[in-house]
Amino acid sequence: MHNTWVLTKARIRLAIRNRAFLFFSLIMPMLFLFGAVMMFGQSSRSWIPYILGAILTFTVMGSFWGLSVQLVTFREQGILRRFRLAPAGAGPMLASSILSNYFMTLPTVAFELVVCRFAFHMTSWGNLWAIFVLVTFGSAAFSSFGLIVASVTNTMQETQMINNLIWTGFIFLSGATVPLAQLPVWIQHCSLFLPATYLATGLEWSASNLITNRDVLTDALALAIGVLVAFEISRRLFRWEPEAKVPGSAKLWVLAVMIPFLLFGAYENIYTDRLDRIQRDFHTLQMREVRREPQAPAGPR
Amino acid sequence: MSESVIQVEGLFKNYEAVAALRGVTFNVEEGEVFGLLGPNGAGKTTTVEILEGMRTPDKGLARVCGMDPEKSGRQFKELIGAVLQSTSLPDKLRVKEAIDLFANFYRRRANTDDLLKRFQLTEKRNAFYSQLSGGQKQRLALAMALVNEPLVVFLDEPTAGLDPQVRREIYDIIEELKRTKRTVLLTTHYIEEAERLCDRVAIIDQGRVIATGTPRELKHASAGTTRIEVRLARPLTDGALAHLEGVADCREFDGTYVVHSTRPPQTIVALVKKLEAENNELQSLEMFSPSLEDVFIELTGRRLRD
Repeated sequence: MHNTWVLTKARIRLAIRNRAFLFFSLIMPMLFLFGAVMMFGQSSRSWIPYILGAILTFTVMGSFWGLSVQLVTFREQGILRRFRLAPAGAGPMLASSILSNYFMTLPTVAFELVVCRFAFHMTSWGNLWAIFVLVTFGSAAFSSFGLIVASVTNTMQETQMINNLIWTGFIFLSGATVPLAQLPVWIQHCSLFLPATYLATGLEWSASNLITNRDVLTDALALAIGVLVAFEISRRLFRWEPEAKVPGSAKLWVLAVMIPFLLFGAYENIYTDRLDRIQRDFHTLQMREVRREPQAPAGPR
Repeated sequence: MSESVIQVEGLFKNYEAVAALRGVTFNVEEGEVFGLLGPNGAGKTTTVEILEGMRTPDKGLARVCGMDPEKSGRQFKELIGAVLQSTSLPDKLRVKEAIDLFANFYRRRANTDDLLKRFQLTEKRNAFYSQLSGGQKQRLALAMALVNEPLVVFLDEPTAGLDPQVRREIYDIIEELKRTKRTVLLTTHYIEEAERLCDRVAIIDQGRVIATGTPRELKHASAGTTRIEVRLARPLTDGALAHLEGVADCREFDGTYVVHSTRPPQTIVALVKKLEAENNELQSLEMFSPSLEDVFIELTGRRLRD
């Protein structure tokens, strides 16, 4: 734990000094938030919690990109091999990536909540406890997925290619960009196999005060299992040396990360009414909008 | 007799089709500064990285303080310090932060402020790693290698690519390590570095140790000849200089004739006469007392920097 904490503090300092990190983790989510509210929240404030949920999802999922790229950069520049000489260990190196990223995500999440509540006049804070739990597990899960990508790719080019592929699936099939309820039914069924869906729907429900304790538990559990599996696989595949290439067969380990989500997806598809709930809740939000009196457009005043 | 601090026996290592090590064997005793001298690609870095636990040998034995570097984990890492040939630190890490960060990984820690002072980095304590010069980065690497007050220090080409002034500063630091009786394994392809700093040297070439001994012993073994390096206006036929008086050996490297002579004055007189007779001109002539370079040429037929 000592090494993890020491590395976490160092990595937070490095992140704060990195302009690219600050842009992608703080400024860009805020630009998304303002852009989304301008486009979709102008007509009615009842959509703002839903938009907030989606933006929080983007913010949390951003860990996926940042960590994989950072780890591969450190490896390619020979930085990791210096740490290898010290009794630092692969576990603390990976855990510190996740923790530092989490601590850097929290202020952005808080800022987004405050902006929505006060600048965009969101009527309530949403379910803050559920948001905290989902942001915590979501950040750890998507950081771990990023570490897995870094562990199985040999070059930055390969990392970016795989990241783009996975990221596209995460953002377009999870309900983070297009509401899940408005996607074709077969995509809705497929989306239940994606970790991003649990985060996106969970945060959208939390911000809209539609989440139940059971939802929080299910979503957090799905993400927590994803964290454990992804962390262990990335620890096993961790490479310190730039020239240490991962064999093609080891890349199949990535599929192991999908196992918990395949099981959860099958369970949710067969035994629960999650998709019906998604439809119902989306309808509820639409009805809230219909019932509202005509009002001034939302936006910073 | 006590066990050697570093034991290397019959070390083999291949990188796919390339044989990097072909049975390297040597021992390093406690408190000794031991040099691995050889040209680029000789297998020095592979040997050191096996001893640091960063590479796995295909065959052979490597022990440091009686421990297997690859399998002894934390206990082993607590005992060693190292300067790697190719490594880096994050650009936005400050000098003091870097030393403190690495010191925090160890149970036994040196005073980091003292280290900064000792390595003349106090003024740069708040500078980012990216703002340091090559020499400052290397001093920082040396300071970081000593944060745990190691028993054994590995220095892999610590002065490579540095200007002579900075190189001399690094020599002073290594000499200080020598005074404190640390066991140091140093790799280099600089002759003067090995001669000045090392108690004993192993000359390594193409993955094999071809000679071991103190610099003095090795130089004596090269028959105590003087090296004369000659450049001529027109090339000579092969072996033309080998018959001059006092010449023990003559080889040509890129237009320079390297002549080893047991009687330098007679050799030079004979050379001048020969050139006059052949209407050739002497462009340059330099004389060197016997060095490890001569030992290397004698053993391999090549120069160290080739």
